[in-house]
Amino acid sequence: MIATAAPTPVRIPAAPSGLARAAGDLATMTRRSLLRMVRNPSMTVLLVSTPVVLLLLFVYVFGGAFGAGLGSGVTPGADGRAAYLDYITPAVLVMTAASIAQSTAIGVAMDMTGGIVTRLRTMPVASVAVLGGHVVGAVVQTLMAAAAVLGVAVLLGFRPGADAFGWLGLAGFFTLFALMLTWLSVAMGAAARSVESASNTPMILLLLPFFGSGFVPVDTMPTPARLFAEHQPFTPVIETVRDLLAGGPVAATTAATAVAWCVALTLLGWLWARAAYRRPRA
Amino acid sequence: MSITPTPAIEVAGLRKRYGDQTVLDGLDLTVPAGTVTALLGSNGAGKTTTVSILATLLPADGGTARVLGHDVAREPQAVRRLIGVTGQLSAVDPLLTVTENLRLMADLFHLPRVEGRRRTADLVERFDLADAARRQAQQLSGGMRRKLDLAMTLVGGPQVVFLDEPTTGLDPRARHDLWDQVRALVADGASVLLTTQYLDEADQLADHVAVLHGGRLVAHDTPAGLKAAHDAGSLDDVFLALTALDQTGPGHDLKEVAR
Repeated sequence: MIATAAPTPVRIPAAPSGLARAAGDLATMTRRSLLRMVRNPSMTVLLVSTPVVLLLLFVYVFGGAFGAGLGSGVTPGADGRAAYLDYITPAVLVMTAASIAQSTAIGVAMDMTGGIVTRLRTMPVASVAVLGGHVVGAVVQTLMAAAAVLGVAVLLGFRPGADAFGWLGLAGFFTLFALMLTWLSVAMGAAARSVESASNTPMILLLLPFFGSGFVPVDTMPTPARLFAEHQPFTPVIETVRDLLAGGPVAATTAATAVAWCVALTLLGWLWARAAYRRPRA
Repeated sequence: MSITPTPAIEVAGLRKRYGDQTVLDGLDLTVPAGTVTALLGSNGAGKTTTVSILATLLPADGGTARVLGHDVAREPQAVRRLIGVTGQLSAVDPLLTVTENLRLMADLFHLPRVEGRRRTADLVERFDLADAARRQAQQLSGGMRRKLDLAMTLVGGPQVVFLDEPTTGLDPRARHDLWDQVRALVADGASVLLTTQYLDEADQLADHVAVLHGGRLVAHDTPAGLKAAHDAGSLDDVFLALTALDQTGPGHDLKEVAR
C-alpha cells in the first residue's frame, strides 16, 4: 500500500458472504416473482388457455383427418381424432412451456426497462439472483400450466401409460426442459432493446415444435425439412416426453440427445442473460 | 486541528462520451460528508450520467470517482452497500403493496427479520404511507409512489443518497413533503447529491450548488455565495448567466432552459 494523505475509506456494513447472500437473494426474488403471479392471475389463465385452444383445434378440427395419416389401420373420424390426441399431447405440453417462455421474456424486458432493475443494479444484489427469481417463478408456472393442459388432454380421452417411475422421470425431464426454455427467454428479455422486440424473439420457440416431430411424423416431410426436423432440439425433447408419457421404453440415444441439448442451451441462456444484465445502461 | 472526515463523494477528472458526443470533460466535484450538494445543469449537461457513474451503473471513460473513499470502478460492491439511489424512473414494483415493496428491500439488504419489519414500519410512518400500506403501488398517486420510491431507497440505511430529479412532476405539497424528508435524512447524518431542474429546490435544500456546463463545473459555491458573486437575486439568474457562456459546448439545450 502506498501511503497517501487521502482520508480512509468508510467501513462497509457487514453482510453475509458470497454464496449465502446469493441464495438468500434468489429466494427473495423468487418470492417476488411468485407474488406477482398471484397478483396477476389472468396472465396464468391466458397462458394455460392458449395451448388448450390449440389442443382442441388440432384434435377436433384437424384430428379426424390428420390422425388417419399417422399409420395404417387408423380410419378418419373418431378413430383418427383419438390417435391424433395421443400423438400431439406431448407437443402441446412443449408448446405450453414455449408460450410461457414468451411471456417470461416480455416480463423480464419490462423489468429491465423499468426502474426496478436499475435500483437493483445499484444494490449489492447478485445478477444471478435477479434473473434467477424470474427463472424459478417461470419454471413453477410452466409446471403448473403443463399439469393443467395434461389434465385437459386426459378429459378429452388421452390415457398416459406411465407408471410412478415414469411420472417421476417425466417431471424431472420436463423441469430440465422448462429450465432451458426459461433461461433462453430470460436472456432474450434481458437483451431486448424494447418490450416489443422481447415479444418477437421468442416466437421462434413457438414455431420450432411445428418444424419437428410434434404434429406430424418427420418421415412424411421432404428431405431438407426432415433433416432439419430430425436435428433440431425440440424433436428429441418431444420424442422423450412421448416415450415417458406412453410408459413404453425410452429411446436412450434420443433421451440423451434431448438432455444434452437442454443442458447446453441452459448454459448458453444463463451466460447470455448474465452478459445482457451486466451491459451498462444509462 | 481536527482530522478531515472522508468526503461523501470525490470526483476527479471524470470523463464520459457517448459516440462522438462528450458529456463529461474532466469533471471535478467533492461533496463533504453530511451535506447536500445540488447538481444543476441544462438538459443533457450530464447530471444523470454523473449520478449513473457514481451509482456504479455506468463505467467512466477516464478520471476517478470515489464514494466514501471507495472507488466506484474497482469496488462497486462496497459502494453499493453504502449508497441509495432514487432515479428518474419509478423504481417500485407496481404489483406489490407498499409494505411488500419495502420488505423486498429489507430482505435484499439482509436485515434480520425483526429489524426489517421495524424499519419498514418506521418508514411507512415517516412517509405518511400508513393508509396506503396494503395497496398495490400501481394504485398510488404519483406523489405517493415517489414517496415510496424514496422510502425504498432508505431501507438499507444508506450513508450517501443520490436523488436524480426527485420532485419532477410532483405537486407543490408533495414537493415540500419530499424536501422535509431530505432534510430529515441529512439531520440523521447522510450525505446527498441531488440533481434538479428546479432552482428553488436547490436553494431550499442544498449546502452547495454545483453548476455543470460543457462537461465541467462552471460554478461550485453555497447558494448565497453564488448569488452574491453574480450579483443576482435568484439562482435562476445565476444559472442563466453561467450556462449562457460558451454556447458551442455540449450543453446545447439552452433554449429549452431559457424558455
